[in-house]
Amino acid sequence: MTNRLRVLRAERAWSQQDLAERLQVSRQSVNAIETGKYDPSLPLAFRISALFDLPIEAIFSPEANAAVANG
Amino acid sequence: MTSYRSPAIKRYLLRLAVLMTIYLIALFTAVSAFRHGMSGPLAWPLAIAPAVPVVGVFWAVMRLLIEEPDEFIRMLFVRQALIATGFCLTVMTVWEFLQNFDLVPTGNGGFGAAFFWFMGLGVGAIYNRLTAGTAGECA
Repeated sequence: MTNRLRVLRAERAWSQQDLAERLQVSRQSVNAIETGKYDPSLPLAFRISALFDLPIEAIFSPEANAAVANG
Repeated sequence: MTSYRSPAIKRYLLRLAVLMTIYLIALFTAVSAFRHGMSGPLAWPLAIAPAVPVVGVFWAVMRLLIEEPDEFIRMLFVRQALIATGFCLTVMTVWEFLQNFDLVPTGNGGFGAAFFWFMGLGVGAIYNRLTAGTAGECA
C-alpha cells in the first residue's frame, strides 16, 4: 500500500510525534507507516481516517510497496 | 529521536530486573551449595532453582507480546522473538550433530538453549533495525 499520511500531516504542520499522540501510537509507528515500511491494521486505518476526516481510500491506495509486515 | 516506553515495556523491564536478581541469588546459592557437596533429594530443587527465573523471562517476553498496545512495536517484538527462536534452534541443532559425530566435546559449558535464545533476541533487534529502521527501543 501507499499513503498520503506525510502530506496530510504536513498540511496541518504536525510533527510525527504530534500525529502519534493524536492516534495514541508510537512515533516509530507513524514513521513506519509514512515511509511505507508498515501497513496499519484496519482499526488503525479507521482511526487515521477519522482523525483527518477523510475516507480511508483518500489516504491509502492499494499500490504495492515493500512493507515489512508483508515480508 | 523520541524513545518509546509504553506501560507494557516498563512492566517488562521491571519484571526482567526482578527475575535477573532472583536468578543471580539462586545461581550463587546453588553453585555454593554444590561446591560444598550438596546431595540428596534437596539437590534436585536447588539445581532447578536458577532455571525458574530464566523460564520467568520467557513468560515476561510473552506477556510483553500480549500487553504491548502499539501494533507496529508489537509486530517488531514478535519478529524479534521468532528470529531468536530460529537462531537458537539452528545453533543447538548444528551443535548437537557436531557432538553426535564427536567433532566437538559433549556438554555445553553453561551455554544452553536460553543463552542462545537471548543472543537471538539481539540478532532479531539488529534485523528489525536494518529492515524497519527501529528495534522498538526496548530490547
